[in-house]
Amino acid sequence: MNKIFAVAGVVIKELYRRKDFYVLFVLTALLTVGAGAVNFFNDEKIIRYVKDICLLLIWVSSLVIAIVTAARQIPAEREARTIFPLLAKPVSRGQIITGKFLGCWLATGIGLLVFYFFFAVIASSREHTWPLMTYVQAAWMQWCLLAVVIAMVLLGSIYFAAPSSTSTISFVVVGGIMLLGGHLKVLALQQAEPVQSLLIFIYYFMPHLEWYYLSDFVVYNMGAVPWLKIAAATLYAATWTGIFLLVAWFGFRRKNLTT
Amino acid sequence: MNVILKTEKLRVEYRSREFRQTSKVALQGLDLEVGAGEVFGFLGPNGAGKTTTMNVLLGFVPPTSGTASLFGIDVRQPIARQRIGYLPELTYYYKFLTADELLHFYAKIFGIARAEADKRIAELLKLVELEHAAKRPIKSYSKGMQQRVGLAQALINNPDLLVLDEPTSGLDPLGRMKVREIIQRLKDEGKTVFFSSHELGEVETICDRVAIVHQGELKAVGTVAEISAGHENLEKAFLKIVGFQNSPLP
Repeated sequence: MNKIFAVAGVVIKELYRRKDFYVLFVLTALLTVGAGAVNFFNDEKIIRYVKDICLLLIWVSSLVIAIVTAARQIPAEREARTIFPLLAKPVSRGQIITGKFLGCWLATGIGLLVFYFFFAVIASSREHTWPLMTYVQAAWMQWCLLAVVIAMVLLGSIYFAAPSSTSTISFVVVGGIMLLGGHLKVLALQQAEPVQSLLIFIYYFMPHLEWYYLSDFVVYNMGAVPWLKIAAATLYAATWTGIFLLVAWFGFRRKNLTT
Repeated sequence: MNVILKTEKLRVEYRSREFRQTSKVALQGLDLEVGAGEVFGFLGPNGAGKTTTMNVLLGFVPPTSGTASLFGIDVRQPIARQRIGYLPELTYYYKFLTADELLHFYAKIFGIARAEADKRIAELLKLVELEHAAKRPIKSYSKGMQQRVGLAQALINNPDLLVLDEPTSGLDPLGRMKVREIIQRLKDEGKTVFFSSHELGEVETICDRVAIVHQGELKAVGTVAEISAGHENLEKAFLKIVGFQNSPLP
């Protein structure tokens, strides 16, 4: 376990020493604070609209950080050849994959915590309510989603050599699932065979990332989601994360790495 | 001889990804044994299979057939690398880390306790004369300094077997001398050193035994005296063994 944490530690160190991520991080925090701080005559509709925009910004920024960071982990190690002195130590490829995943996930988790903290402070100061449980659930669900996304991107990075192609494909897939995932079954029923069966198959065998977007609960103060549902969604995310990491390990385990 | 590095009928074949391209055989039936306490030189022209052999021994490439073991453990198991140190030909380290952080990272990978790691790292930084730059990012180091960090990381676990891939290539005379000194020191401590090199004069000076590979096959193995027997020096013997014809140029 120490080896996994050691690899994760290097991922986190690299992330906070990279200036481009700092810029994105600070920009998101500033935009969240700035948008939330503007006083629109305390019009409730406008406040909700601003909250929605801020949440979307947090979602997009954390997805960008997660995808771009995860996509470059293995290819950058191979390109800079830092993978060789590392693999020459008593560490398995499975531990490297797990460490990379953990590092990315923890780093994005820290970012998410800061974003939500700013958001909660600003939103609560406008509405004079503090729905802490809703915020905690929204942040947790988003972090669960990021786990699935990071594992999926790591898997992609084993097979696509260039981080840019992995990032682009990941953005398309995640964006597609977020936008169409919920409607795919309805869409399938309107199609003729064999497209209908194919779409239904995809619907049941894809990770439903759209379930993790709790924006309405936060924006409309709909109260907390039942914990059993949160637990089920967490288990679902853990299963998909495990599947992606397992396949990534399987691909990486057999990979020839020549100096 | 207490054998700590062994390959048996080792064969590595790289499958081509190009359509209708045949696969390339990098190693064919390599049998090699290195005993404890030896300084073993692994020689061969470019493309002979030296790097592939090292890649197999270090677990970067799985063998197509045959076996390779370190300390009696199959190289495919990470634990086989617990007692080895590896110095790559070029400096492949995390440039955003400082030397101190890099060495602590590798110490953690080896499972070395924090207090012991601190002590060991201080000793190593002194050995490679990098104490003054220990807290600076590696990206700010000169090439020689980066190579010295490499040496330090290769020794972090006080290895019983050191694998060096052309350790003096690209170094200035001072750097070469330092590497030779360290190899000599390790030899005196009873450690095993397995290294590839094109510097035959250097190999002649420090190696107990050498092996010459060519086109993926082991062509000769023995002491420097045995290999050089009947020739002016090791270089002449090497050229004869790899079938080099005298150049028509003056």
